[in-house]
Parts: sequence; C-alpha cells; structure tokens
Amino acid sequence: MRERTAKWFKSGTPWIWLSAGAVSISLLMVVGLLVLIAVRGLSFFWPSDVLDAQYIEANGAVVRLIGAIDSSETVPAARVRDSGYALQTEEPVERHLLKVGNRDVYGADFRLALQPFLTDIKYPEHILVAERREWGNFYGFLLSISENGKVIAEGDAARQMLPDRLEYALDLFSQIRSIQTHEIGSVNYGLERLRLKQRRLEMDGLEDPKAYAVIDKQREVLEKEYDVQREKMTTLFEQIRRDSMRVETMDGKEVEIPLEKVVRVYYPNAMGSFAKLGFYFEKVWEFVSDEPREANTEGGIFPAIFGTVMMVLIMSVLVTPFGVIAAVYLREYARQGPIIRIIRIAVNNLAGVPSIVYGVFGLGFFVYFLGGNIDALFFPEAQPAPTFGTPGILWSSLTLALLTLPVVIVATEEGLARIPRAIREASLALGATKAETLWRIVIPMASPAMMTGLILAVARAAGEVAPLMLVGVVKLAPSLPLDGNFPFLHLERKFMHLGFHIYDVGFQSPNVEAARPLVYATSLLLIIVIVLLNLAAIYIRNHLREKYRSLEN
Amino acid sequence: MNTEATDVQEGKMESAAPRTHAINIGDLGRENTVAEQGELDIALNVTELDLYYGEKQALKKIELEIPRNRVTAFIGPSGCGKSTLLRCFNRMNDLVDNVRTEGQITLDGEDIYSKHLNVAELRRRVGMVFQKPNPFPKSIYENVAYGLRILGIKDKRRLDETVEKALRGAALWDEVKDRLQDNALGLSGGQQQRLVIARAIAVEPDVLLLDEPASALDPISTLKIEELIYELKDKYTIVIVTHNMQQAARVSDYTAFMYMGELVEHADTNTLFTNPTRKQTEDYITGRYG
Repeated sequence: MRERTAKWFKSGTPWIWLSAGAVSISLLMVVGLLVLIAVRGLSFFWPSDVLDAQYIEANGAVVRLIGAIDSSETVPAARVRDSGYALQTEEPVERHLLKVGNRDVYGADFRLALQPFLTDIKYPEHILVAERREWGNFYGFLLSISENGKVIAEGDAARQMLPDRLEYALDLFSQIRSIQTHEIGSVNYGLERLRLKQRRLEMDGLEDPKAYAVIDKQREVLEKEYDVQREKMTTLFEQIRRDSMRVETMDGKEVEIPLEKVVRVYYPNAMGSFAKLGFYFEKVWEFVSDEPREANTEGGIFPAIFGTVMMVLIMSVLVTPFGVIAAVYLREYARQGPIIRIIRIAVNNLAGVPSIVYGVFGLGFFVYFLGGNIDALFFPEAQPAPTFGTPGILWSSLTLALLTLPVVIVATEEGLARIPRAIREASLALGATKAETLWRIVIPMASPAMMTGLILAVARAAGEVAPLMLVGVVKLAPSLPLDGNFPFLHLERKFMHLGFHIYDVGFQSPNVEAARPLVYATSLLLIIVIVLLNLAAIYIRNHLREKYRSLEN
Repeated sequence: MNTEATDVQEGKMESAAPRTHAINIGDLGRENTVAEQGELDIALNVTELDLYYGEKQALKKIELEIPRNRVTAFIGPSGCGKSTLLRCFNRMNDLVDNVRTEGQITLDGEDIYSKHLNVAELRRRVGMVFQKPNPFPKSIYENVAYGLRILGIKDKRRLDETVEKALRGAALWDEVKDRLQDNALGLSGGQQQRLVIARAIAVEPDVLLLDEPASALDPISTLKIEELIYELKDKYTIVIVTHNMQQAARVSDYTAFMYMGELVEHADTNTLFTNPTRKQTEDYITGRYG
C-alpha cells in the first residue's frame, strides 16, 4: 500500500491534480465574480411586478402597501418577536425589502415587510410606476390628467391620453436640454472667450479702441443670439408646464405630478414578458447612453464611460511613445553596466509604488507646479481662476501614464531583446546604420511587444481610481471633455470615471439602498469597457504579430 | 575601440594605394602562399591582423591577400577564427563588446579600420550572407529593396528593375516572380538563402562574404547555392567560410586553412588539397582532426 502511494507520488499525478486544481479554483472564482456582478447588475433593469397588499404592523395597525420586492432574506423568528411582532411559529420567516418609492411623500424609498404579515396580496394591472426627475419613482394609481390646471380626462381616458401627453413633454424637455447644452452652452463659451480676450488686451496695455470695438461687436452678436435662445426656452418652458397628472398613493393621498418632471411611465403588472424584455433593453440603453440624474443614483452613466475611455486613450497616447523611447535607449543605446542595471531595477520597482502616491505626485507636480506655471504663462487673463492649474483630464492621463510607464518599458525591452541578432546583423550588413535598423526593422518587429505593454497599461489604468480622485475626477462633470466648441478637446476639464462613479454611488450617495444595484451595474460596465479596450489592443497586436511572425519560429 | 590600431596605421595609409599585386612566395615571407604566379588583382589585403575578444586573442598576425573576382574559401576546425576573420572585412565585429583589432585591412587600398571611414558605406560595398537565412519579416520585394531604400532610392521603376536583376542574379526570379508581395518567411530555407544573396547583391557590393551559407540547407539547396557562387564570381569577389571541405574544393579558387586563430596555409585550392605544404593542413584535410 505504502509502496503504491509512493509510486503514485513519484508518477507526478498528484502534482498534476494540484496544479490543475489551482487553475480550476482561480477560474471558478473569476467566473463567479463575473456572474455575481452580471446578475446583480443586470437584474436591476428588470421591471418587477408591483404588489398591492394589506400589512399588519407590529402595533396591530393595518396599512396598505404598494411596492416592488427588491430583495428578500430569512430572519429567525426570535428576532422578529423581539421587534414586537406577534409571531406564532418558530420557523424562520421571510423578510422582504419593498421598494415603495414616493420619497416625497414617505421620506424613504424602501421599507421592510415580513411575509407572514402580508395579506390580501394582489397585483392590480392599473398600478402605475412613474420615473421622475426628482424624488425617485412614484408608485400608485392614475386619477386624472389636467391641462393648465383643468382636468381633461379621468380614469381609463386619462390612461389612454397619458402616453401622448408624456411624449409631448419629453420632446419639449429634450429640446430644452439641447438648447441649454448646445446653443446656450456655446454662446456662454463664446462670451467667456471674449471676456478673456478683452482681459488679455487690457493686460497687454492695448488702448486701441478698434480692438475693443470688435470684441464688443462680437459680444453684441452673441448676446442677441442668447436673447433669441432664451426667448425660445421661455416658450418651451411654458409649453412643458402645460400638463400634469393627478395620482393616488397607497395611503390614499392625492399628488399632483407635473409631466415635465416625469421621465417614463409604465404599468409593470400589465406587461407581458415581451413588453418587459423591451422595457428592459430600453432601460439598459438608457443606462449606457444617458446622463445621470438625482445625484447619480438614477439615469445613465454615459459621461463616466466617455470619461474613462477618453482618459485611457489620452494616457495610451502619452505613455506609448515615452515608454518605447525609454526602452529603446535602455536596451539599444545605453552601455549595459551597473548604472543601467540600477535604472532598470528602479523602473521595475516603480510599478510597485502605491497608486495613491502617484496621485499625490500628480497633484503636487502636474496640477500645482506645471499647471500653475502654464496658467501664469499662457492664461494670465483668466487668473485668479485656474485653467490648467486645477485637476483635469490631462493631468489624470499624465499621472496614469507615469503609473503605467514601467509596464510599457519592461514589455518593450523584452520585445526588443527578443529580436534575433541575425535580423539586426542582416540589416547592418546591408549598409543600414543602427538608427535605420532600429526604425525599419527592430521597432516594427517589437511592436507586438509594445502592444502587450500597452494592453497591460490599459488594464491597469482603466481600473485605477485612487490617484484620479486627486488629479481630475469629479462626481458630476458639467460638460464632456470633448464637445462642439473650439478647440473641441478640452484637456483642462474635469471628467467622470466609472471607477469613481462606483465609489461615489455606492458609498457617498444619499440613497444607498436604491443605488446598490447601480454599483453592480456600473462595475459590470467598467469590466466590459476594460475588456473592450483590451480586445481592441489585442486585435491590433495579433495583427502586428501576423505581420512580423518571424519571431514565433 | 580600434583607434590605437588605426593610429598606428596612419603612416601606412599612403602606401596602401590601389595596386596590382604580384604574389610570390618570397614577397610574403611566410608559408601562406598562393601558388598561381603572375599578375593578380587584389581586392582585400590583410596585414598583421590581431583581434582580441577581451583578453583572449582570436586572430594572430593574419597576413592574407584576397584576389578580385575569385572565390576564396576559409576552412578550419570550429573556433579557429575563420568567421571572425570574415566578419573583420565588413567590421561586423564592431558590434561585439570588448573587441580590439590591431593591424590593417585594406579594401581597394583603403584602410577599412580608418577613423574616417563610413562603416555603413563599407558594409554596402562588402555584402554578407549569414549561416542561417535571415530574411526580414517583410515581403520578398521589400527584402530585396531594403538596401536600396536605405540608400534613399525611391523611384519605383528603378527599384523594380534592381529587384528583378538581383533576384535573377540569385537564380530566384523564376520561382518568386508571381509572388513578390508575399511574406519572405513563406519561402523554403534554400529559397530564403538565395533571397538573402539577392538582397546582398541588390546594392551592388564589390565583395560578398558568405559565412557557411549552405550549412543549414538540404543537399539540393546546397547544390543550388554552390552553382550560384560559381556564377557570381564573375562579378564579385567572394569569400566563403565553410565547414565542408568538399564544398571548399568544389567552389573555391583559393583556400586558406586556419587553425587556432592563425592562418596556417593559403594557396590555390588545387594545390592546397592535393599538395599541402604544412603538416597541420594535411592532417585536417585528410580528416585526422578537426
């Protein structure tokens, strides 16, 4: 027996099992993580049925509850009794977290309800859920629709009229948004530029009245344009305020909701599976394409996606040439000796410096020193308001470029080291200089390795949050770093980031319970964004590899 | 790295003008004899060449003349320095750290270790083919055109013409003319080696150095390369390093036998193989060592 065990050990089988086991466990954990995030994140958008039930409170009072079950857990009977409920059984009971909405009426979106005390559970088709721009969801029943304060439809007629009226309001709302962000936005941007231009002239001590007259003229044009737009807005505002709906909450209160405050209205209990699926995808699309509402807890996260991708792209553009040039020097030109060895060790160790330290460095050096000096030199007219001397996307990208520089250098150096000597000699033997050999042969052949470095850099940078909090990320950015106003790319602007968004929504939000699914959904999206960025880089790398595949054989 | 060497040689520079050598035993004062008497145009002239890898001396007082438009073969056991000597002719040894060269090598009378010499230009004039085929991971066309592009030639017609000429010169044109834009790495080993030769002759060098060009190839490819060498010698001065004595006997006009960093014997191939003057040479070619 012992001999057999010894033989078994000698055969190497246990080692195979051990290593395969380790791989399986790692895989399981990764898959588990992804599934957890995906399930929690994606289920958030599903329109769950809304129940209407009688509930017996601890003090014996009976109340009516209307809400959707958000999550359920089992609690021991003893604990339930401790909190004052008259429970008969010893069995653990189910406790639901009910989303009842109507924060404006009850003060909270959620309440707990114990399964044994819920009676008379119904799912009436007419329960209406309204997503609002303020105060979260509304749950209740539609009573009537008013136009300019006068009731024009009640009951079923109101239900039929509502979609048209809502569409009208939404259309107006998007017009207003568009005017605010585009027309008025660019007028304001132009006015600001004119103001700075004038300041500049004044600072330069220019006294030519003609120059000022030109500016005044331009300003006049812009102000006229502003007036036109404001007029338009005023009419639109009047129009959008026209309709409102009267709704009844679960405790019989009647509330008037202006339709301009409503994003979407639906009747979940009346929806079939297909309708729900359609609704689901609509919500998912809204999530990835829309702007956030209500302190980021509602609406979409498009600005965060945009900011993340933009920051990573700018970082890639900065880090790649930098890292490649450094690696080329270290590997090709520098005399290999103790100094280069020390530099190499230092570079490798830079990768291990905690990222927040980079953030502190970025704030101190990039933002305050570099940015401050740039402001003093190039934007004196904007002083004391900082232009570049404040956290922004450029500094964030630079900080992360610094953070990921070692990865790119190491990967590129390895790639350069792998180019066969024979190929370099072939080029040199044909009369090419070292530089020509580098440019025409070595660097193109090492480009897959550079892409590998970049892939690692992107993966690291896209997930980094801590340093960004110091150098440019904000909870809510008023405008994207890329827009229609010259010079289109605004590197000095602050931006939103998915990683920070997760932190902000999950831990800084006033309504943590409501925001929790958003944390999962945003995490999922962050993973998807990183995977997509990586896939793009991997695609390019494989393409390059195919082109220069001599390394492989 | 070799500044001391060149400084020493400054004085000799003037005398090293292009000239025609009359080789005879007495002149050389050594046993490295070229038996064929008479007027011979000398392309490369090596005088008192010493080469050190750090402390180790790899070449010892080499004296050698390589005639123009002839094939000279270097034979000798592994590590005897024949490749090192070959790589002196286009200064490939410069790429190795800690190499020190003393003595003089002239190409058409010009000191190739001179401080003022443009190494890239020297390497254009002295082409080299390595042991293993080493095409660039580019198309066949771009491989051949590489040296021309380095020279700054951009004219498409001229490139096309030269590429075709070089490929014909390397007896590869018929095999690849329909797939010039294919990756060169898709060619067979023998084709790759001929492509590399085409690449080398595209820049019209004076001298072609072949470092065991057929050792990684099958017999048929080897035969093709040997035939090619035979054809090329009309236009180029060829120096070939080979392990294969039959190959040396087949392709070369002159053969130099090296042993332990020394040039033991240098004579026309027939004489060296049939009637070597040195015992070491005889032992080697009869297979007693090496």
